[in-house]
Amino acid sequence: MLNKRYYIALGIVVVITLVLLKLPNRAASQLKMALGGVYLPVHGLAASVGHVANKATTAVLPRSELVQQLEKAERENQELKIRLAQFEETARENARLRQHFGFLKQVQWKLKLGRVVGRDPANWWRTLRIDVGTRDGIVPNLPVLTAEGLVGRIAEVSYAQSQVVLLGDPDCRVAVMVEDKETREQGVIAPASSSPSDSSLVELSYLSRNSKLAPGQRVITSGVGGIFPKGIFVGQIVDWKSVGYGLYNEARVKIQVKMNTLEDVFVKMP
Amino acid sequence: MNVLHDILILTTAFMLVFLQSSFTPIRAVLGAQVDLLPSLMVYTSLTGGVTSVTLLAVFGGLWLDSLSANPLGVSVLPLFLIGFVIQKYRGLILREQPFAQYMLGLSASALAPVATLALVVNLDVHPMVGWFSLWQWIVMALGGAVVTPIWFWVFDRLLSALSYRPLNETSFRSDREIKRGRS
Repeated sequence: MLNKRYYIALGIVVVITLVLLKLPNRAASQLKMALGGVYLPVHGLAASVGHVANKATTAVLPRSELVQQLEKAERENQELKIRLAQFEETARENARLRQHFGFLKQVQWKLKLGRVVGRDPANWWRTLRIDVGTRDGIVPNLPVLTAEGLVGRIAEVSYAQSQVVLLGDPDCRVAVMVEDKETREQGVIAPASSSPSDSSLVELSYLSRNSKLAPGQRVITSGVGGIFPKGIFVGQIVDWKSVGYGLYNEARVKIQVKMNTLEDVFVKMP
Repeated sequence: MNVLHDILILTTAFMLVFLQSSFTPIRAVLGAQVDLLPSLMVYTSLTGGVTSVTLLAVFGGLWLDSLSANPLGVSVLPLFLIGFVIQKYRGLILREQPFAQYMLGLSASALAPVATLALVVNLDVHPMVGWFSLWQWIVMALGGAVVTPIWFWVFDRLLSALSYRPLNETSFRSDREIKRGRS
């Protein structure tokens, strides 16, 4: 038999839960980020330990391997320089044509590098935390990407950390288009209901029934919606089917970025 | 003893939440992250009082929610209810037996995510739940079950190492001492 103290404790916990769950979104988000802030020193410590371990590993690397890596990096650098020259020429040409046709000038993206410090401990969300926050100028809804492609968007921000909702989470729907010469079909990326076990697959829905789809076609952001700028690579079409009694098509897209192995990401600043 | 016990439990909960967030090999291999707070609650409810259970439920739940996309406070009540029920029946539980600890850990780790999800679904947010969640649920339940007896082993040793050793009782009693000689 439990005494009175147990029922008082139960009452306190129920009240705390109800108060927290009924908090306005903004207050709840701020409180949540403040509570998550207690992990900042631990994250910092873990990063320092990782850094020291990394340094120790680098210190014991044989010279021959370092020379080999350096040679490889130099080769890549040469290749990239040639490509850059080519792209600069294309950019100049693009700028001239834009001026000619009166199109708006494209602005270069400002990117902020963030290190992944943690993932969602609950299994029913796809989010991660990065070590940049309001002190770095981060605000909610900024797109997060890597060199491979789109990662997601910023959901919540604290002073030193931010929470990123990953592509494939129900809270991260992205307007995309199929990048193909014949079709510029537009749709929306949503979590894959048919293959939830494979986190690298998402669903591209609301494609018109006449769309010419094929496996391997590239999917990029369409810029519709205003959060994600046009042209960020999302992934490639794996297969597609007709749904809604033939009213529209739905495709499965393999996300290009490997979310499980992400260590660093870029936030596209406004 | 009680304060030390509570501090150890809360420190462990704090570190557990951090590890669940930053240590990902289990998730990478099995496709699910194990939640160890329910198993820690089993240990706490069998060895501590209502204050320990409440502290663990409130702080553990809030820390977990703060690093997750869960609505804040959603993990607190399920954790507390597990501790509450175990404390209610703890007189009937063979708490020293590893099998009993294992079964309690299994039940707690299976119930906690279900109760949390039930709350989350009723809050007008849309978690990713499908057939694959069944596999994740099994991994979470088994993971928690395996770890529960380990908590008992680890904390018993930690507490005996950090507490004062009890004095060995002798049969000597000063009031029963026979004093010889003339007084």
